[in-house]
Amino acid sequence: MGARMVPFAGWDMPVQYTGIVEEHKAVRQSVGVFDISHMGQFIVSGKGAEVFLNRVLTNNISELQPGQGQYTLLLNTRGGVIDDLIAYRISEREFFLVVNASRIDQDWEQLESQLTSEDDVLMANASDFTAGLAIQGPKAREVAAAVFGDENSFPAHNTILVTMAESGPMWLCGTGYTGEEGFEFFMPAETAEAWFRKIVDAVKAAGGAPCGLGARDTLRLEMGYPLNGNDLSEDRTPLQAGLGFFVDLDKGDFTGREALVAQKAAGLPDKLAAFRMTGAAPPPRPHYPVAHAGEIVGEVCSGTQSPSLGAGIGMVYLPLAATAIGTAIEIEIRGRRFPAEVVKKPFYRKPSV
Amino acid sequence: MSNVPDNLRYRDSHEWIDPMQSPAPVGITDHAQAELTDVVFVDPPKLGTQVSAGQQVCVIESVKAASDIYAPVSGEIVEINEALSSDPGLLNRDPYIGGWIFKIKPTNASEADALMDAEAYRKHIG
Repeated sequence: MGARMVPFAGWDMPVQYTGIVEEHKAVRQSVGVFDISHMGQFIVSGKGAEVFLNRVLTNNISELQPGQGQYTLLLNTRGGVIDDLIAYRISEREFFLVVNASRIDQDWEQLESQLTSEDDVLMANASDFTAGLAIQGPKAREVAAAVFGDENSFPAHNTILVTMAESGPMWLCGTGYTGEEGFEFFMPAETAEAWFRKIVDAVKAAGGAPCGLGARDTLRLEMGYPLNGNDLSEDRTPLQAGLGFFVDLDKGDFTGREALVAQKAAGLPDKLAAFRMTGAAPPPRPHYPVAHAGEIVGEVCSGTQSPSLGAGIGMVYLPLAATAIGTAIEIEIRGRRFPAEVVKKPFYRKPSV
Repeated sequence: MSNVPDNLRYRDSHEWIDPMQSPAPVGITDHAQAELTDVVFVDPPKLGTQVSAGQQVCVIESVKAASDIYAPVSGEIVEINEALSSDPGLLNRDPYIGGWIFKIKPTNASEADALMDAEAYRKHIG
């Protein structure tokens, strides 16, 4: 991780605690807890906050009622993705943004550069003194009840609950990165270790496990969720990444809009496609070359062995002609080409009970 | 703690070889499999290849990473463990018996003496 670490007495950011597959299954079947203290948090407030955020983010923030959140993107003027983030409306004039660890500085710079003296907006970066835990899995609700002693403290999907504790604010967000029910809990860094111990105990009591970054990656990829730096970059637009749903071209002008409109008119040069290995093969990994009709046409962005499917899965930007579901492609691994096919996202669907 | 059988010899990169057998089976140690976890694919060496000690000969893939496997001694690869192609998890469950990766016919029988014995390897991973 190139990320800054919140002081977290004695706690590292491990790739795994016991094993990626074991932790992955804990989240799919019961519950897991991830240390997400590396993520960034901004508070944007003031009379002009809504107008300002609509001018710099792709989704329409005016659609949010207090307590609601949305997935949205921060673009450069070329329409390229600086970051993907979740924006919550805390109150009429206050917003809470959760951004990627590796982009905290670029995000802050971009937001500041778009701010004018006419905007009645105040920005605060809470990243340095805020720690976070993600509790994910079918038993996440049980953990919340055990830890907070209250069934009502479980945030509904894409909503936020804010509590003022003695040491500072705590945010409970109904989000995750795993495809399971769960919540993300941000708290003052100095209280994090106590919370971590308490929550790990509750997770273990519920039959779950603490999980590392390795399982976080396999879980999100099974859902087809993009990872900034792998699947998103400043050189490709959200339209190419298949995130058009989170871009509102009709809400008025915003940074990158002009480039998106032009790209839409001209046609996309390529598009992020999901693929699955079709036979026994080594797991596809980032940067492996990808061939279509014999020619190398791109490289793997995200790739791994799916613990739920027992097969290699990944994502790659392909020319439009190669993005139809069922298209045969090949992944080049150590000089040998292994067959794969373009599939629909998500890779994994929860079995109906 | 991890299992380190007394009758084997070890490389610092966590391969084992049984020099008392001919040809000599080679695998990865219990310590190595525990570190890798979840082996999902074994890319075997080619039969009949001549390799020299320390040469990279095949790759083991876990969910976490791809790991190179090095020849503990010089010689010819004379057998590969076919069972691993359908059940790579054997490497995790049974690293010393069912989970051998290939067998090598050593060029020079004394080369294995230069490898670590069990006691030295225990210190190496301790």
